[in-house]
Amino acid sequence: MSNFKIWMASNWRLFLAIGIFCLIYGTYSFLHPAGGSSRLFVQNSNESFVLISVAMAQTLPVLTGGLDLSVGSVMTMINALASNVVNGSPTEVFLGIILCLCSAALAGFINGCIIVYGRLQPIIVTLATGAVFMGIALFLRPTPGGEVDGDLSFAATFDLNEIFFTYGWPLPEWFENSLGLIPTPVVLIVIVVLVIWVPFKNSVTGRGCYAVGSAEGAAYMSGLNVDRSRLAAYTLAGLFAGIGGLYLALQTGSGNADIPQAGAYTLNSIAAVVIGGTSLYGGIGGVVGSIFGAMSLRAISFNFRVFDADGPLGFISDPLLQPLFEGSILLIAVSAGAARVFSIKNRLNLFGS
Amino acid sequence: MVEQVAHKRADDSDLILQLEGISKRYGGVKALSQVDFSCKKGSIHAILGENGAGKSTLIKIISGVVQPTEGTLKVAGQVQQFASPTQASEYGVVCIFQELSLIPDLSVADNICITDPPRNRFGLIDKAEQIRVATDLLARVNCADVNPRELVKNLPLSRRQMVEIAKALGRKPKLLILDEATSALSAADVEKVYEILRGLREEGLTMLYISHRMHEIEELADRLSVFRNGEHIETFDKGARSNDEIIEMMIGREYSSVFPPKPTHDDKLLTVLEVENLSWDGRLNNVSLTLGEGEIIGLGGLDGQGQHEILLALFGVLRGYEGKIKLHGKEVAMGSPKQAKSDGSIALIPEDRKTEGLMLPMSIQDNISIATLDQLTKGLIIDKSAEAAKIAEMIEKMSIKIGNVDDAVATLSGGNQQKVVIAKWLMTGAKIVLLDDPTRGIDVGTKQELYQLFRDLADSGHSIILYSTDYDELIGCCDRVSIFYQGEIIRELTGDEINETNIVAASLNMEISGQQAGTMP
Repeated sequence: MSNFKIWMASNWRLFLAIGIFCLIYGTYSFLHPAGGSSRLFVQNSNESFVLISVAMAQTLPVLTGGLDLSVGSVMTMINALASNVVNGSPTEVFLGIILCLCSAALAGFINGCIIVYGRLQPIIVTLATGAVFMGIALFLRPTPGGEVDGDLSFAATFDLNEIFFTYGWPLPEWFENSLGLIPTPVVLIVIVVLVIWVPFKNSVTGRGCYAVGSAEGAAYMSGLNVDRSRLAAYTLAGLFAGIGGLYLALQTGSGNADIPQAGAYTLNSIAAVVIGGTSLYGGIGGVVGSIFGAMSLRAISFNFRVFDADGPLGFISDPLLQPLFEGSILLIAVSAGAARVFSIKNRLNLFGS
Repeated sequence: MVEQVAHKRADDSDLILQLEGISKRYGGVKALSQVDFSCKKGSIHAILGENGAGKSTLIKIISGVVQPTEGTLKVAGQVQQFASPTQASEYGVVCIFQELSLIPDLSVADNICITDPPRNRFGLIDKAEQIRVATDLLARVNCADVNPRELVKNLPLSRRQMVEIAKALGRKPKLLILDEATSALSAADVEKVYEILRGLREEGLTMLYISHRMHEIEELADRLSVFRNGEHIETFDKGARSNDEIIEMMIGREYSSVFPPKPTHDDKLLTVLEVENLSWDGRLNNVSLTLGEGEIIGLGGLDGQGQHEILLALFGVLRGYEGKIKLHGKEVAMGSPKQAKSDGSIALIPEDRKTEGLMLPMSIQDNISIATLDQLTKGLIIDKSAEAAKIAEMIEKMSIKIGNVDDAVATLSGGNQQKVVIAKWLMTGAKIVLLDDPTRGIDVGTKQELYQLFRDLADSGHSIILYSTDYDELIGCCDRVSIFYQGEIIRELTGDEINETNIVAASLNMEISGQQAGTMP
């Protein structure tokens, strides 16, 4: 096979996720009166950022063949923490952000330690630690509220021009109507991918995550540090979820230890990972796919808004039915990940890994 | 013994590997006892032995997968204690395990370089360099046609084996251990591997070669060591012992006495099972066979030629097979093990009794009755007294050595565990018993009991299909033997034709040379 074919064959899942996203978001943009405008992009990317972060977080444990049910809780805990510490003088804000990110990574690291050294199933461990993290979130933020630095909020949740306006920096004219219109959250995601994910994927530890998910025995026999890869996967999951929590605090200007919301984010993160082409059996996929998976999920709910409520399919836009539709979509997405079962010819292979 | 030791001391510098008094126990089972063994630099050293002789434990110890219970291990004269395969490879001891160490979802280059990939100045994996390294190593094993960017899971098995060797060479071994490295390969590929291995010997590499194919060993090895029941029996140069002597060393007994005498089936047997042109997924090709009442037929050939699959097909495990399965002359569509059990009175004694045959933590009694519970109920409730009576009867009949029926089945020895699996199925009233390598990892004494049991079952009207990787078993137990090669039955042997020469020749698909040998005086 030619190199191009091989490249296609190993990336088709990603391309499919991008295709799905383009289709769904394209429909939305077409139906929306302000479709294609910068204002709408900013709004949509703002609404997608947290789910994208949580989906990125979920990707790593799934790649290793595990699952992290605490990503929503870590996100919420960091959200609550941020509403307490990300305010005051610029130095305090900076230290607050560092504290949030470190706490997030620590939460993931704790998950990893229990899973790796306790030899326990990831699902059980993260279900339990998720409850603990929610408890901490409630302790930090018993009622919705708190305070988050307003300037930073503005700067992070609009377009790039807004950063210059907020801090009163001179804005080059060529920039204002071109690059300046790019939503800041999009840039933040790209930075996170380039600074954290790409180097990680190309590190020995990162490759170990793929190897562990694909064939753990073989990875061990090949002399890989299996434990370190797993630990790194859960730690990074914590960090990514924390970035989401921090962003949510900036977006809402407050913190909220919302238990149902945490659960919904965890569930959506799994669906996003599957739509994004990461195999729930581990070993195949990546964070970039999950980003498109998360955006696709969000774009589906955007579409509900632009449905004509009086049209024949108007009932779809009924807010009361939305949880039902979203739940069904999640179920379909997760089931699609199990489609390989139909091609198995030896029934014994249906069991076990 | 004293002489041997003195001899060893004399040319210590010549030895790459020395084991002194190595023993390994797993729980109460002794896998290796007091093994003294050494290996000369620049040679191909073959290790021979039956299943359960301790070969795999030996290589696991040498390559750091498990640690010996006692004894010392020296590499190039230095005492070493390897805690992991990684540590062993740092000292130049690299093992190629049977298709266990490649990661299917990574590319060939990723796999070859997995242990220590080339890094760029940021400490990240340098993909271009990795491709270059992989290309070089693939060329060294005559596999320049494999694209290093290809995912391993897309390669055929024979190519994967070559990638595995390339990967091992990338770790710059001094001692390369090959564990059944050719078991999955076709004859042409095997020849290629030999060429590579001989080339490596020229380069001064030492190789430990584990195989149970005599023919390979004759072709490759310089020295041979025979293991039996966890003990090192003897090490000698190639040619120093005849094949008969070697086989006797491996078996340690005359095999005629081990097996019960075979009856002569004069009359035409009532056919209970017929298979016509069965094909499945490219791994079974037009397999046809018949099984008579009271008959034991054997499935032979190299490992993985479709013997396992035909048993699974008969037991309803395989989806979408082509061809016909007839029971007592009537065609049935075998759709599930449940159906095979109820319609066909078929029982499958699986290859891996620990995962497919038994629920290890559950009691002996629960394991025996699990397949028959629907016959032991009063209404919805299990009839405990009927169950207990039936179980006691089976234990008696099979002479299973147990402490208490409530003990976990995991506490039994391998042989008794196997008897529990068989008892479980006989209780269902099964008439056709499919045995998938039933004596693997079982000690000789229990084996003998099992052989007697198989024959008793056949005499009492059961019909048995026995797949065995052990040629002697096929010779000793079976009325007829079908030899599989690449999913086909290439030869059927009956009566006196069932001997080692014929089985080996047919297994390796050496029909032509076999025929020539037959026709020439």
